[in-house]
Amino acid sequence: MDLFEYQARDMFEKHGVPVLAGEVAETVEQAAAAAERVGARSGGVTVVKAQVKTGGRGKAGGVKVAKTADEARQHAEQILGMDIKGHTVNVVMIAQGAKIAEEYYFSLLLDRANRNYLAMCSKEGGMEIEQLAVERPEALARVAVDPQMGIDEAKGKEIVDAAGFDAETGAKIVPVLQKLWDVYREEDATLVEVNPLVKTEDGEIVALDGKVTLDDNADFRQPDHAGLVDAKAEDPLEAKAKELGLNYVKLDGNVGIIGNGAGLVMSTLDVVAYAGQDHTGGASKPANFLDIGGGASAEVMANGLDVILGDEQVKSVFVNVFGGITACDAVANGIVGALDKLGDAATKPLVVRLDGNNVEEGRRILADRNHPLVTIEPTMDGAARRAAELAAK
Amino acid sequence: MAIFLTKDSKVVVQGMTGSEGMKHTKRMLASGTNIVGGVNPRKAGQSVDVDGTDVPVFGTVADAMRETGADVSVVFVPPKFAKDAVVEAVDAGMPLVVVITEGIAVKDTAEFYNYAKAKGGTRIIGPNCPGLISPGQSNAGIIPADIAEGGKIGLVSKSGTLTYQMMYELRDFGFSTAVGIGGDPVIGTTHIDCLEAFEADPETVAMVMIGEIGGDAEERAAAYIKENVTKPVVGYVAGFTAPEGKTMGHAGAIVSGSSGTAAAKKEALEAAGVKVGKTPSETAALMAEIMTSL
Repeated sequence: MDLFEYQARDMFEKHGVPVLAGEVAETVEQAAAAAERVGARSGGVTVVKAQVKTGGRGKAGGVKVAKTADEARQHAEQILGMDIKGHTVNVVMIAQGAKIAEEYYFSLLLDRANRNYLAMCSKEGGMEIEQLAVERPEALARVAVDPQMGIDEAKGKEIVDAAGFDAETGAKIVPVLQKLWDVYREEDATLVEVNPLVKTEDGEIVALDGKVTLDDNADFRQPDHAGLVDAKAEDPLEAKAKELGLNYVKLDGNVGIIGNGAGLVMSTLDVVAYAGQDHTGGASKPANFLDIGGGASAEVMANGLDVILGDEQVKSVFVNVFGGITACDAVANGIVGALDKLGDAATKPLVVRLDGNNVEEGRRILADRNHPLVTIEPTMDGAARRAAELAAK
Repeated sequence: MAIFLTKDSKVVVQGMTGSEGMKHTKRMLASGTNIVGGVNPRKAGQSVDVDGTDVPVFGTVADAMRETGADVSVVFVPPKFAKDAVVEAVDAGMPLVVVITEGIAVKDTAEFYNYAKAKGGTRIIGPNCPGLISPGQSNAGIIPADIAEGGKIGLVSKSGTLTYQMMYELRDFGFSTAVGIGGDPVIGTTHIDCLEAFEADPETVAMVMIGEIGGDAEERAAAYIKENVTKPVVGYVAGFTAPEGKTMGHAGAIVSGSSGTAAAKKEALEAAGVKVGKTPSETAALMAEIMTSL
């Protein structure tokens, strides 16, 4: 899960990372009131910042400096409701103004290739880091961090030295990096990025903007993280699926997909897209990702179908199961049970491809039932084509 | 021969007495795996009747190794406790630890992987994987043993069900070993590790490599193949239609910005001379062609 800037700010503060005062506002009135309070710390100056989970908001006009609370109100009026790269701004943060002397960059992230963590640090912050990495790679220090050791004082010093900081500035940054390591480790983050990390005119080091990605697999020991979910931005079908314990991602096509195993489901989406291109002139595309996992009981199948049929764009459904641990007869019974359970609510044609464990029995159960909506296809490619054709009708 | 797992492998199961552990211990035993024990500190000294086979339970992995000479551990321990289980196996000097558990926090995996790496002597496969099978010899994990028999194809895959699908499509040829390396962001054994082992394995004559979106393991494998692999390799990559920024089931299956796309992986593999199928069936057909011509 990616956090909003204000959530990252709060998390930084909790772990002792120096940040500036900031308050969130969802309305223009709230923004003006917040600017009164926050601005009192910085001679009335505040920064109104759109809270969206995408980059480039400054360029899009989503970050504006205000000299007075009234000006902050005007900025908030413009920014709230703005669309930034497809993200609607529902919340702004009113941040304390800062007198910036220098802007730096720091991030700590999971390095999948090396299976450890990677700290990146630069004296040239503020700009898009991807751009810096391409244009001036020598200006971006990369230092490996051992997951068991983390960033202690020595590692912090190694990082600031690699980035080329002078001794005095480096010494001020090191403790901040140690605190950012606490954020990374204690919050089960996979990314902590500060851009910019600034030195103020007073010589203080402050994290001015933060980006944090949290590991969903660690939710069991991070009970507070549930409160950080942005329910507003969640697709209603995805939210429903999550409640039912289903692994579902909404896409924008018209062929509903149910399969077992993440790899097979991803593959199924691709095969349906190809079938759409080859046989329906691109009119058919996958409508979703849905992995029902190892068990395919009638209940799981019914829940899955229920979510998929709730998607108005769906015109046909492709059930693609390879019975490994799951037996195909159980899957077939699941499908039959689900259709019975859904009754008249099931209205879209279902193309079913079963293979593997106990496949003959599975196919027999479906054939015996002879449900008018169900077509059995022997191969994955053939079934994808059939589902694509039905969706294009 | 085979890679990592042979008929001589002696397997213990960590988390055997749990429901998943018991279900799959039965299946492994039924497919001929030499299961020498389970590990559960609360049931040490007892033994469990698994479909008529008496399997002893040891208090620690170290005890199990000392008593039985076990050299493979299969881990079914829940995510919360998985790191401790792996660390225990590493401390005991277990040569191969196969972590089936799904949903382990990536920090835990990063820690136990680096712990094992620093200590040396343990290969970890997984987590979030179906394990590996050398058909007719041994089966460490949850791959169904009856899909395909022993043969000369080596298979390495991030995905469990695509492993089954591919084994099924190529069942006429059979497999030396099929390894499911798992779909998490950090995994103990990579495509490259398996390709290297298959290249060195005299029984394996060709390899199938299955990848998916996320990370750059496939790109690195492509570079490795170009330099080091002489046996034919056929590839498949899943996730061409996956949108940016969405996790597709596997924790590691995510396209971030422009990195980790299926298209980039396919391109890298093809540039290394690997034939890449558009669908699993087409991939199997490419391999069948190679096997028939050899």
